[in-house]
Amino acid sequence: MSGPPPGRIGARFEALAAQGRRGFIPYVTTGYPSLAHTRELVAGLAEGGADVIELGIPFSDPMADGPTIQRSSQGALDQGTTVDDVFDVLAELRRASDVPVVIFSYLNPVFSRGVETFVREAIEAGADGVLPTDLPLGADPELEAGLLESRLDLVRLAAPTTTPERVAQIARSSQGFVYYIARTGVTGARRELRGELAREVGAVRSVSSLPVAVGFGVSTAEHARAVGAAADAAVVGSALVDRLDEGGVAGALALARELREALDEVG
Amino acid sequence: MSGSPVQADRYGAYGGRYVPETLIPALDELAAAYAEALADPAFLAEVDHLSANYVGRPTPLYRARRFEAEAGVAPVYLKREDLNHTGAHKINNTVGQALLAGRMGKPRIIAETGAGQHGVATATACALFDLECVVYMGAEDIERQSLNVYRMELLGAEVRPVESGTRTLKDATNEALRDWVTNVRDTHYIIGSVVGPHPFPLIVRDFQAVIGREARRQIQAVEGRLPASVVACVGGGSNAMGMFHAFVGDEGVALIGVEAAGDGLGSGRSSAPLSEGRPGVLHGSLSYLLQDADGQIAPAHSVAAGLDYPGVGPEHSHLMDTGRARYVSVEDGAAERAFRALPGLEGIIPALETAHALAWVAEAGRRGEIEAPVAICLSGRGDKDVVHVSRLGDGGRGPESGGAGAGESQAGPGS
Ligand SMILES: Cc1ncc(COP(=O)(O)O)c(C=O)c1O
Repeated sequence: MSGPPPGRIGARFEALAAQGRRGFIPYVTTGYPSLAHTRELVAGLAEGGADVIELGIPFSDPMADGPTIQRSSQGALDQGTTVDDVFDVLAELRRASDVPVVIFSYLNPVFSRGVETFVREAIEAGADGVLPTDLPLGADPELEAGLLESRLDLVRLAAPTTTPERVAQIARSSQGFVYYIARTGVTGARRELRGELAREVGAVRSVSSLPVAVGFGVSTAEHARAVGAAADAAVVGSALVDRLDEGGVAGALALARELREALDEVG
Repeated sequence: MSGSPVQADRYGAYGGRYVPETLIPALDELAAAYAEALADPAFLAEVDHLSANYVGRPTPLYRARRFEAEAGVAPVYLKREDLNHTGAHKINNTVGQALLAGRMGKPRIIAETGAGQHGVATATACALFDLECVVYMGAEDIERQSLNVYRMELLGAEVRPVESGTRTLKDATNEALRDWVTNVRDTHYIIGSVVGPHPFPLIVRDFQAVIGREARRQIQAVEGRLPASVVACVGGGSNAMGMFHAFVGDEGVALIGVEAAGDGLGSGRSSAPLSEGRPGVLHGSLSYLLQDADGQIAPAHSVAAGLDYPGVGPEHSHLMDTGRARYVSVEDGAAERAFRALPGLEGIIPALETAHALAWVAEAGRRGEIEAPVAICLSGRGDKDVVHVSRLGDGGRGPESGGAGAGESQAGPGS
């Protein structure tokens, strides 16, 4: 469970609960299509009602991602984006905004830097949490302890394939919030959300004292309303990247506004 | 067969299960199914029966006298995995894993392949057990191993080209993992080497360990002693682990793994993570890895598609760190020369992957740096490579250039 004092993420979810509102969590691939775009985008998201920003470190081999985030990750790396750049973008955002930020990464860039160094630099830059996609509960107790005991929240994921006992363990060990993966599969925008989602999220909430956010495939205002009816927050990634490709930063921010409003219709 | 009890998920610090949460239940299920299978005499008997009557085991241990004369070291024995059905060691693993898939009730199989040998072996096992089969293969590998693409299709598999990244084995593995994350409930992933998350490195090693068990018995029968040196090429490391495993406890036996140095160590175009990588996490396990300072995976290169991979099985990392095995490397040119030399000497066309092991022994023999008796794992036959090597022209046919190409691993205390 999240150690005291409650960080920015916990405080934000408390404020949302008090207002009876649902959280909006956009994901951004840092450096795609350029660092300048990312700076403008995260500043706009912070102003435009994001409750937590998932700031992604692009990785060469994103095995949990579909075509959209594969493309944005490769694009960012082609631009020469580094982990230092991600911290720079965050530090700049932090000067203007208090929005909670979770660093989203595959494990190797974190591991390569050394967990201690990574945590220290992330905190210095203003990060509130970290979400490693390929560090499931129990995979590396020592490394996990290093993250759990740090001032960063370790956000854990649960999936539709996760057994109920394991969901309970994940909920107990996660910090900040629990990320529920909306479908068995990789990331990517989808037409439909699965019908069972509400029931599954209900099961996670029943064993979790933390807020539950739902992501993977959440793309439209309609999806946001459906997720908002069942969970505490919606995570939107691929759909924003797709919109960034089509309409630039202004287009992505327009989608963000739409999703924010849709979530506010629930409550 | 016999197997190891399914216990720790690590070899020293290496291995583990660094995968998306979605896959954890499938890995638990696989570990449990494997443990049950090992305790079931009917399963072990079926593996043995298929080994003998379908795969064609035991494979011969053949003394290569004309190769010895060239290499200046004798005796040298070749463990003839090329004589297995489908032409490489890969089928030892795919038949076993396809049986496991059947026990788990999974009707659909996916695999990644580099050289196409694992893809062919998987497609073969799927035909045998009537399982649906999808094989992911990098677009570059599809070009250089076209014979195997056609073989897979004949066997009823669907070959899906992978255009992302370096368009080779690493990217095919990413795509197979994405498929598995999506279809995990009815699909078993037959991984092709001793890589990936636990329990794959253990299961693949156990199914391949028959190579070393036979070789150990065979060499004792003819030489009345154990080999002094056991040599195998290392891509992901399955033929090497299969060859080494029975000898790990024999302190007097030197275990030597040969990585692909591509254009040369330090050139930025190699596939030698043990020689010039550092530990990191890729495809579900912690092991030596080619990567940049930021932890991005570096593109690998080797003329041999089956070695063209930036990672290596975690047990090899452990064997290197503990000093039990030693890892060396051979460049493209030397491997091509060995590929061209063996047919005329022994009437055997080796796979380009295997040619790395042959090249290193020939080079070390000429320098007097290898102790006999030598046992080399002849991991596969080279029919698949004939077209590609002929297209490379005669660049590899030139005179031996004073040791260029065969090098010692620089990394790690084990080298
Ligand atoms: C004949 C042969 N040898 C070796 C390899 C390399 O794999 P491993 O290191 O797992 O034996 C391959 C891979 O395709 C192969 O086809």
